[in-house]
Amino acid sequence: MKLNINKTIHEVEVDPATPLLWVIREQFGLTGTKFGCGIGQCGACTVQLDGLPIRSCLTPVQVAADKEITTIEGISDQDSGLHALQKAWIEEQVPQCGYCQSGQIMSAHALLTENTSPTDEDIDMAMSGNICRCGTYSRIKKGIKRAAEELAAASTINIENNGEVD
Amino acid sequence: MGKWTRRAFITTGVLSGGALVVGVAIRPGNRAGKVKDLIAGEGDTVLNIWLKVNADNTITVIVPHAEMGQGVHTTLPMMLADEMDADWKNIKMLEAPGNKEYANYAIGKGFLMGPKDIPSMLIGTVDGFFLTATKQISLQMTGGSSSVRFTGMFAMRVAGAAARAVLLEAASEEWEVAAEELVVKKSTISHLASDRTALFSDFVVKAASLSQPAKPRLKTSEEFTIMGTSPPRFDIPSKVDGTANFGIDVVLPNMKYAAIKASPVFGAKAKPLEASVIKDMPGVHKIVNLEGAIAVIADGYWLAKKAIKTLPIEFDKSDHDTVGLNDIYDKYLRDMDTAIAEGNEKKDVKKGSIKDIFKEATNLLEAEYRVPYLAHATMEPMNCTALVKEDGCEIWVGSQNPLGFANSVAEVLDMDQENVVVHNQYLGGGFGRRVVPDVAIQAALIAKEVDYPVKLIWSREEDIQQDHYREANVSRFKAALDPKGMITAWNNQFVFKHDPEEAPHILYGVDNQFIHYTNSETHIPWGYWRSVDSSMHAFFTESFMDELAFKAHIDPYQFRREHLTNAPRFLKVLDLAAEKANWGEVLPANWGRGISLHQSFGTIVAQVAEIEIVEDRLKVHRVVCVADPGFAFHPDGFNAQMESGIVFGLTAALYGEISIENGAVKQSNFHDYQMLRMEESPKIETYIVTSDNWPGGAGEPSTPGIAPALANAIFNASGIRIRELPVKNHELKADSRILG
Repeated sequence: MKLNINKTIHEVEVDPATPLLWVIREQFGLTGTKFGCGIGQCGACTVQLDGLPIRSCLTPVQVAADKEITTIEGISDQDSGLHALQKAWIEEQVPQCGYCQSGQIMSAHALLTENTSPTDEDIDMAMSGNICRCGTYSRIKKGIKRAAEELAAASTINIENNGEVD
Repeated sequence: MGKWTRRAFITTGVLSGGALVVGVAIRPGNRAGKVKDLIAGEGDTVLNIWLKVNADNTITVIVPHAEMGQGVHTTLPMMLADEMDADWKNIKMLEAPGNKEYANYAIGKGFLMGPKDIPSMLIGTVDGFFLTATKQISLQMTGGSSSVRFTGMFAMRVAGAAARAVLLEAASEEWEVAAEELVVKKSTISHLASDRTALFSDFVVKAASLSQPAKPRLKTSEEFTIMGTSPPRFDIPSKVDGTANFGIDVVLPNMKYAAIKASPVFGAKAKPLEASVIKDMPGVHKIVNLEGAIAVIADGYWLAKKAIKTLPIEFDKSDHDTVGLNDIYDKYLRDMDTAIAEGNEKKDVKKGSIKDIFKEATNLLEAEYRVPYLAHATMEPMNCTALVKEDGCEIWVGSQNPLGFANSVAEVLDMDQENVVVHNQYLGGGFGRRVVPDVAIQAALIAKEVDYPVKLIWSREEDIQQDHYREANVSRFKAALDPKGMITAWNNQFVFKHDPEEAPHILYGVDNQFIHYTNSETHIPWGYWRSVDSSMHAFFTESFMDELAFKAHIDPYQFRREHLTNAPRFLKVLDLAAEKANWGEVLPANWGRGISLHQSFGTIVAQVAEIEIVEDRLKVHRVVCVADPGFAFHPDGFNAQMESGIVFGLTAALYGEISIENGAVKQSNFHDYQMLRMEESPKIETYIVTSDNWPGGAGEPSTPGIAPALANAIFNASGIRIRELPVKNHELKADSRILG
């Protein structure tokens, strides 16, 4: 079976019913994606399939075969380093134990791809599938807003720069 | 073992490569030589070394506590660096290995003796009796909100100050100037008159040859430059890009995976399975029959888990197969009644005579409260990786208690503790759960059967059903009010008593008190759960205070104020909470406000919860939290802990319920052991009061007060008194007639 993980194609031999989570973690050593509940309740295992957040603990690996899989290890930019969300997470000192944060960031990342200036309600809706036992919710919310602002500012600069080039 | 001296030593030594090691040593003998020899040997068998000044002028701080999100890997180095006047930018942190030489005497001292018994903030009088006691109870524990209070205050600050003193003395001798003329700043020493400046590392060799000051002077809080600031935590960058290594992330060559199913009824034995039952399961290698559980080793975790689900696992009958939660409550009540009838209550507080008051009193109030069992549900399910060889064992795990884990594993494998090495990893949540070595014992017993490393991972179902639980409890009150509405007698009975000592004690001036408890054994395993006994007693006592206020027709905030006689610290915290929460201002219809005050782990916390009941649904809008921890060494981290503790306590108050059916835990995963989610999370405002008292804890003290603040707010909005948690089991309906 061929898997496209973080823009790299891998060949893997595995029972097609195996949840994607365990393939990512055990076959590819991408341990940033976490096991939390195994029943899609906590969101610790969140990754993206073609940009949409899914619970990899419930998703058989065969479902992901023809899709682009993105994990926490795949969202930083090779040129500019950390993604705006990751920088915002550091600025707001979001994580405590940190175990759920990969899943939180992957859900937030999918939200910002869809919605560049989410309201509190949008954020609540998008993040309601991710449990944080340390209770970092208010900082997560601040982090998402900060990242959204930074991304908006960056895209403004890009537009301006492009204007000069013309 | 040599004879213990009555002194703790500040020790120094130079390592090859030019690093100066400074520690607070607790072993007698040749100081410098001892340290040098121990370090030169294999492994980290050094005793209580706290810092290293490296040749490149960076400083490595060794921290004997686990990081579980509380920020201790940052705050403890801050305490040391500040006393040393070190450059924060060049501080590195290293977690101490799980080795008995790091048995944390500071935490033991704090727990066993309390800060009151320490003559000054300086170490130097640790005696042999105490050290022996500490070693016996194997303390290298991260818990009890103790890291800053004890290790930080007794060890980190002293070591930093000692290092500064010895480097200063070295500079003074080398430059032949008086130490008083030297200025220490950001890991440099300067002599302004002669315009000389040099690095700490320039004085390493000289410093190691000097005799050490036994009692270096510690800074006053006005002199702090790092303590009381909030530098970014060291552990956070690795927690945003997936690189942080938790126990579950450990990868070893040839490693295989294990899943396990333990008896749902605690203490029942598993019926052993034949090795052949897995012969038709590709990738599944071995069945391991443990006494109370069956484990399966496979090529991957999913294969192992699938096998566990498929196998015909059965357990022996036990005496507890029919026990339900109501049976446990009935037993509690029987044992409580018997204790009173026989007059053998275990006394906790006895002041004055409640009997005389109750005989005369006309305004009496009685109430009975209940709380259920609670599981920890750390986000990272329990797991441990073990490699067992004939002559030793290595384990990789996230533990709050690495030394205790090493001891337990050594015991079941019948090995010397020296031969068990614990590689501690980040903890995906602790909350007291990761003090218990059960998963490490299982992992070691499973790995003993094979010649490769095995990573044992519990399913979430195992995690919820095989926990060590905050106990269910019953608390009964009776109190008398005088005509002015003042409490004249307070009688309180409950079941069990663990930590903290003061959890059931009231902060209020009541002359006649009898607080007592009864033991009532069950087969449900008990464990430390964030804030331990305070997690329930704050709910009991602060709800009952509210009931008394209502009975006395006095505003619940004013009622508490009037009973805080000679307690200015408590009053200040309570008053600020009321002020910040706009206490007394009219709320919209169907809204309610509730207040609580509780002290635990040395920190006083007042909370005001603001709620709304919409139809029959509860919305927690806002929580104001005022805390007096004495001093907050990392204020942002302290606030984060307050926020965290409140969400943790609110989750329990609203939803937390582990019930027992047929001797086993009924709940199994997050669908029926519900967690608070973002959209239900209130706005939390935290205010810190600095009082220059001995520092209090951060990790736990905000958890207890949210349940009573919430329950009191519900009463304020509805007239419904919540006497049993969780709130989800109650039908709510707003009623503004109650208090108006």
